Amino acid sequence: MSANQLTLWYLIASVCFILALKGLSSPTTARRGNLFGMAGMTIAVLTTIAVIARGRVDLVLVAMLAGGSLGALVARRVQMTQMPELVAAMHSMVGMAAVLIAIAVVNNPGAFGEHDPLPAGNRLELFIGTFVGAITFSGSVIAFGKLAGLGKKFRLFSSAPVVFKGQHLLNLLLALVMIGFGIAFFLAQDKGWPPYLVMTAIAFVLGVLIIIPIGGADMPVVISMLNSYSGWAAAGIGFSLNNSMLIIAGSLVGSSGAILSYIMCKAMNRSFFSVILGGFGAAEGSAAAGGEQKTVRSGSADDAAFLMANAESVIIVPGYGLAVARAQHAVKEMANKLIEKGVSVRYAIHPVAGRMPGHMNVLLAEAEVPYDQVFEMDDINSEFGSTDVVLVLGANDVVNPLAHEKGSPIYGMPILEVAKARTVLVNKRSMAAGYAGLDNPLFYMDKTMMVFGDAKKVVEDIVKALD
Amino acid sequence: MSGTVDPTIINLVVFVLAVFVGYHVIWNVTPALHTPLMSVTNAISSVIIVGAILAAAPAETDFGSWLGVIAVALASVNVAGGFLVTQRMLEMFKKKQPKEKEGGK
Repeated sequence: MSANQLTLWYLIASVCFILALKGLSSPTTARRGNLFGMAGMTIAVLTTIAVIARGRVDLVLVAMLAGGSLGALVARRVQMTQMPELVAAMHSMVGMAAVLIAIAVVNNPGAFGEHDPLPAGNRLELFIGTFVGAITFSGSVIAFGKLAGLGKKFRLFSSAPVVFKGQHLLNLLLALVMIGFGIAFFLAQDKGWPPYLVMTAIAFVLGVLIIIPIGGADMPVVISMLNSYSGWAAAGIGFSLNNSMLIIAGSLVGSSGAILSYIMCKAMNRSFFSVILGGFGAAEGSAAAGGEQKTVRSGSADDAAFLMANAESVIIVPGYGLAVARAQHAVKEMANKLIEKGVSVRYAIHPVAGRMPGHMNVLLAEAEVPYDQVFEMDDINSEFGSTDVVLVLGANDVVNPLAHEKGSPIYGMPILEVAKARTVLVNKRSMAAGYAGLDNPLFYMDKTMMVFGDAKKVVEDIVKALD
Repeated sequence: MSGTVDPTIINLVVFVLAVFVGYHVIWNVTPALHTPLMSVTNAISSVIIVGAILAAAPAETDFGSWLGVIAVALASVNVAGGFLVTQRMLEMFKKKQPKEKEGGK
């Protein structure tokens, strides 16, 4: 196959990738989009294998079979509640693959059709691809640990921010030293192994240091950001291999992650830099401790069932608590019971509910909740005023009216206006503060009834009471 | 103004245009599908497997080509896992009522 033919095949694959993303504009076209993505990937892989026909195709096929079966197995087995961990793990693999490829290029540029030793321009691109890949890898490993709850065993994975004095200064110094070694690699006359390897090692360390100070509540931003990095790493490798398809695919993914990070930050009313610099949630509980003793009205699942069965309209607000308790199927059953009784049931989703963008939508879809019952924040906020009962399941900060009060740490954050409904039912495991460490005035309102307990247990009890 | 254009410049042109395409396509993705978006972008960025295959290819294996083999395996996990898990999630969004009504903007 000539280089021209190869490039044209790669062009077709690139168009397929764009169509794959375009399909996601609606659930009805999304599956077709995904098929385009698979077709693009198949074309890319097959044409590349055709190019190396005289090389070690056997090794490549064995590696693909091994990795592919593992991936397929995981894809089939993974729980929908574990999607954030899975995505973090997958980011780390893209990062590591980028680093390994870059090392192979430094080792033997000839195999990639490059000059040996590498010209300075290619070294610069390789440098960028390597350090972005390395940061993606180690950062994603830390994010995975935080999401998978490994914090109890290893402090590095603690979901609370890990902060120490001089942290930002240290990161800055390391970054400068890394760039210094990058320049040394750039200027080296030989292969430039020593500066290259030192630079890579520092990048791995930096990835860890960048992610550890970021707290659990900011995970949706972190995971989007690492998504973006993994794309830029792929694009960086594309530059060093002069491969347009890699550049296009990498840029699509890079901009996707960047946009998701922006949406998440906006939904938390936090600047991107304040998230990256971390430390949010360090004062957990302290804000809640100072207040005077306030009383809450608590009720049983039976009370909740009675209130909802006699309502005309109910809005359910799912939060992370629902995901942890895996209560989505029970919620669906409860909604069915209510709908049978003639109650209108809708779901309201805050953009940062859950641990990754869109997490709640997937959980509800898994429970076969029709997606026309599920509403985004902007579309349903005006409806709370005319709603009889709101049921908040394991959400806290996203319904906290303190967001309207100047001077509160979450002032300005867009919230679901549940306090406007006639009655608010809140299910929580205990009175503990949310990730922001703030007390929630919603819980003390006269119209609010707390239903304590595990989300799944409570919802199942409500279902029984509805019979 | 003479001579051929440096490949790096062409790469840059492709890069900038692709970022623009990405920007416009991604803003059209409905928020309800942001999780499948992440898993499918993961699969797409694994097209880096193309570089890994080249790295693994040389007939005379050395340590660089073994790194390539590992990279092929890592990227394959993502290719298969990413597309299949996306498919699995999107199947869930299919169930019942295929009405043209969206939650997003």
